[in-house]
Amino acid sequence: MEQPNMSYIQSMSGGDTAFEQKLLDIIKLEYPEERETYISNFTNREFKAAADNVHKLKHKISILGLEKSYGIASDFENNLLEGKTDLSIEFKSILDTITEYLQQI
Amino acid sequence: MNCIIIDDEATARAIIRQLCAQVDILNVLEDFPNAMQAIKYLNQNEVDLIFLDIHMPDFSGIDFIETLKNPPKIILTTSDTNFGIQAFEFDCIIDYLVKPITPQRFQKAILKAQSFMPKAVEVESSDQEESSSETDLYVNIDRRLVKINIASIYLVEAKGDYINVKTETKNYIVHSTLKKIEDKLPQDLFLKIHRSYVINVKKIVDIEDNSVLIKKEVIPVSRSNRPELMKRLNLL
Repeated sequence: MEQPNMSYIQSMSGGDTAFEQKLLDIIKLEYPEERETYISNFTNREFKAAADNVHKLKHKISILGLEKSYGIASDFENNLLEGKTDLSIEFKSILDTITEYLQQI
Repeated sequence: MNCIIIDDEATARAIIRQLCAQVDILNVLEDFPNAMQAIKYLNQNEVDLIFLDIHMPDFSGIDFIETLKNPPKIILTTSDTNFGIQAFEFDCIIDYLVKPITPQRFQKAILKAQSFMPKAVEVESSDQEESSSETDLYVNIDRRLVKINIASIYLVEAKGDYINVKTETKNYIVHSTLKKIEDKLPQDLFLKIHRSYVINVKKIVDIEDNSVLIKKEVIPVSRSNRPELMKRLNLL
């Protein structure tokens, strides 16, 4: 499975390492809450709300350079909007990978 | 260009702020996590450009645009790649940035935004202006001569080819130089304390080492300008 990386963050930081750290701090603060909200809505079969959560999480997936995962998340978002749960396992796996990465850095 | 950012995601706001910081002509006045706060701000402040997220809970970016009577120019920022056609239903929308926004694409959007802005011209220097220069200064912004009460100016900041004239109520981005505006401002009230800053001495809150606190902004004082600043103070 592809791994999160700093390529996008570094490409837009203009070499400002303080900003890179600040952005990671914001992501570390924001991501767990967004993840929990998604899990709660998905578990309660609130698929429209869960699709909104996936939509927001997609941005973080792309910021962390996960291009293939972004495609999976987009498809999963569409599935949820149609009331389907296909790709939920794959999406959960993406979230777990990000969680692990954010804990390590 | 004075701009604001509206996005419910803190990460997105931080990224857009950073991209704006890399463009000299952009001055981010505020950022907001929701449209309602931005509407309140816009009721009291003028901006040239808004970076607007579409996908926000409760009040979407489109709801926001429809609320504004005379919306400024807007650049949409979104993860929705299929929103393009709807975006062009609004004259105020000048571009559409898909997240994650790259610096190259951002620059392109700013160039586009610039082409939509009426050109600001230099601070006027006509006789008529000089006659009223005791209390007011007229600057040409968007083909309008805007009157600024000189006493209300607390700071002028150089920003590339522009200056940011900050007053108690509003900020004005003007195509001019610090030298030109310095010549127009009364010398007893204003002082250049750094190559990028002219301050209204009456608005100083306090002075610490090599900086002054003016309103809520800490402004550096260069070593060469410090003696003149100290001379101006009524020291005990």
